[in-house]
Amino acid sequence: MDFEFTEDQNLLAETVQKFMAARYGSESRRAAHKTPGTWSRDVWRTLAEMGIVGLLVPAEQGGIDGGPVETMLVMNAFGAGMLLEPYWSSAVFATALLRRLGGPAAAKLLASLAVGEHLAAVAHAEPGARYDDRVQTLARKAAGGWTLSGAKSVVIGGGAADTLLVTARVQGGDGVSVFAIPRTAEGVRLREYPTIDWRGAADVTLEDVRVKSEALLGGEGAAQKPLDDAQDVALAALCADAVGSMKAALEATGKYLQTREQFGQPIGKFQALQHRMADMLIHFEQAKSMAYLAAMQCEAPDAGERRKAMSAAKVVIGQSGRYIAQQAVQLHGGMGMADELDVSHYFRRLTAHELTLGDTDHHLEKFAAATR
Amino acid sequence: MEIAFTAEEQAFQDDVRRFLARELPADIRDKVYNARHLDRDEYVRWQKILHAKGWGAPAWPVEFGGPGWSAIQQHIFDEEMALAGAPRTVPFGPKMVAPVIMKFGSPEQQKRFLPRIIAMDDWWCQGYSEAGSGSDLASLKTRAVRDGDHYIVSGQKTWTTLAQYANWIFCLVRTRPDGKAQAGISFLLIDMKTPGVSVHPIITLDGAHEVNETWFDDVRVPVSNLVGEENKGWTYAKFLLGHERTNIAGIGASKRELQRLKKIASTETRNGKPLLDDPHFASRVAQVEIDLMALEVTNLRVLSAERSRRDPGAVSSILKIKGSEIQQTISELAMLAAGPYALADVRQARDAGGAQGLLGPAHATPLAATYFNLRKTTIYGGSNEIQRNIIAHMILGL
Ligand SMILES: Cc1cc2nc3c(=O)[nH]c(=O)nc-3n(C[C@H](O)[C@H](O)[C@H](O)COP(=O)(O)OP(=O)(O)OC[C@H]3O[C@@H](n4cnc5c(N)ncnc54)[C@H](O)[C@@H]3O)c2cc1C
Repeated sequence: MDFEFTEDQNLLAETVQKFMAARYGSESRRAAHKTPGTWSRDVWRTLAEMGIVGLLVPAEQGGIDGGPVETMLVMNAFGAGMLLEPYWSSAVFATALLRRLGGPAAAKLLASLAVGEHLAAVAHAEPGARYDDRVQTLARKAAGGWTLSGAKSVVIGGGAADTLLVTARVQGGDGVSVFAIPRTAEGVRLREYPTIDWRGAADVTLEDVRVKSEALLGGEGAAQKPLDDAQDVALAALCADAVGSMKAALEATGKYLQTREQFGQPIGKFQALQHRMADMLIHFEQAKSMAYLAAMQCEAPDAGERRKAMSAAKVVIGQSGRYIAQQAVQLHGGMGMADELDVSHYFRRLTAHELTLGDTDHHLEKFAAATR
Repeated sequence: MEIAFTAEEQAFQDDVRRFLARELPADIRDKVYNARHLDRDEYVRWQKILHAKGWGAPAWPVEFGGPGWSAIQQHIFDEEMALAGAPRTVPFGPKMVAPVIMKFGSPEQQKRFLPRIIAMDDWWCQGYSEAGSGSDLASLKTRAVRDGDHYIVSGQKTWTTLAQYANWIFCLVRTRPDGKAQAGISFLLIDMKTPGVSVHPIITLDGAHEVNETWFDDVRVPVSNLVGEENKGWTYAKFLLGHERTNIAGIGASKRELQRLKKIASTETRNGKPLLDDPHFASRVAQVEIDLMALEVTNLRVLSAERSRRDPGAVSSILKIKGSEIQQTISELAMLAAGPYALADVRQARDAGGAQGLLGPAHATPLAATYFNLRKTTIYGGSNEIQRNIIAHMILGL
């Protein structure tokens, strides 16, 4: 057992933190939010040049072949600086899925993702399915390829994606398959909107979308395991992003309590607020532990152990994130409600994370089922 | 002891229900039911309907145009209004400045302002808080210096709710710079059209424009707009704070929002069943409903004590704390009920011209924004920390 990072990992964390501090202030976020899709291709290119976009891409496809710990460190920094660019959806979730699906078509996509020219998003969740893996999108065999029909809701990063990795069932077959569908394909309709934390998302409908046979990635009906594996990698990354936001919210609040004066003293002198901050810190440390656990277990071969760890992590992250977000706003008083301050945005981001890849109740139930 | 309303109180309740069923405009009701922002005209339109009926200011004495209702009747009225989907009363005129003018204002001020308040010909806002003076309100710095028949006011107020709609503001200003902070404050009524007054929007957590900064740059205010005596403003402000006890808990509105939560949770599904049948979620809804029941009885006890003229004391702090926490919990559960759809910031998308035909249900769209917005309820009107201090000092004697 060892909770230390390697020298390379520390260097990576520093590099990304420096980038965020130098290039990703509140103003550039606000500017990005005003542009359609709420992200900046410039920022994306820089991240690609730094090798960060290709972090999870294998070396053969031009990536740096990183793992969950590297991802955690990068996501900590992105959560603290509240990156709007679709890193999590494209460079983590979609990349992890492509890697696990394998095959020449996926390898080609990975190579173009690594250089930052191309983006992808996993289009999996469906209307009415809540957080469940219920896939009704249908793929039918057609001459020289496939025809897909169905609907996908709240695809994070969907608007920015050039390729949608769409989960579907093959008509007459068993299991889930993944198809790579260009966003420009005929019959694909995207309705883009910002999420509550200013990132981009889209609802996607597919109406008799025709694609070539190579669009099927991995084997027919064989995508459930790659999908589960990729979702856990993405879940661990999400936890790390949340921990980054929690830390930043905690620090901002601590600073505020030391500088804001009422009744002739810093409000941090009031014991009621000291205890609240102490509880926030306890929540933060618990959350950080679970983000570590999630990073260490998200690729564990034992499915039962992994399920337990991942759901437990999401529960703790959800609860801690909500407590810290709410109290950070509360302790800032009226200023906590102001859009102008970052705290209100940490609040938004932490709320969004709780609603992504299964909320606290969903994972409580999964945990209970895994430990029965 | 008897929990049921008397026959007269029940008859009154029926009266109010009939009136609301007949008179509340459907477009306004639908907006309230769906937690959408009302615009200025909608508030005014509804207030004028109430005023025409003689119900424009339920808490006012008959001599100023009130209906002369008991505290219980006012409570029934507030609750029926909220349940029916009537807009909340914009409190700054009828509930805040009016009682101060009635008690401490001159007969001229009463004649000039009160009829326009009840008819909502004027829209008032509250100018208390400043950037440096929130919980510690008595430290406020906006100055009013006497110059003949005028005060010259300079300074900045902040968090002024709906000042963008207002044409009058009541302010606490410093008229004596030295001595004890509380003893140098005056209560001033300021026409917002006076040169030197400017209003600057503040965007809040939910992305909405509900509050403002209000700046005063050498604004000339006639001395006749001073309420009561110079340097006694703190007493009046404290009177005002203790005045509005009924409805501070927002019980009617919480009951309405609870119904909405249940409706949402019965259409959303989880594991193939309505979310409201999910034992875990159902027990959380039940918990907040039980809290609300207890608060309702607490509120009725307070009203009953007021009727028998016993001082309910700092108990309004209890109502404020529990009432705001319940509001927040309900909005949080409603957002969680909508699941991933609550992620869409659709109001924004609509502004950008493209949110038609989203895949999620229509009820999902404002839920996160409402949850965000209601974080304010534990901060404003004396934060819940300050309310707990009051309970500790005033009730517990600690
Ligand atoms: C949406 C909204 C609308 C508002 N509308 C109006 C309006 O129309 N007119 C108006 O005048 N004002 C308005 N306010 C201002 C509101 O009354 C103040 O925000 C409130 O009094 C808190 O002051 P503050 O924001 O300066 O916070 P601060 O007083 O700086 O408080 C910061 C934190 O410290 C805590 N704290 C402070 N003192 C103590 C203590 N002694 N013990 C323990 N904890 C303490 C607070 O509880 C809070 O958590 C509004 C505020 C909001 C958010």
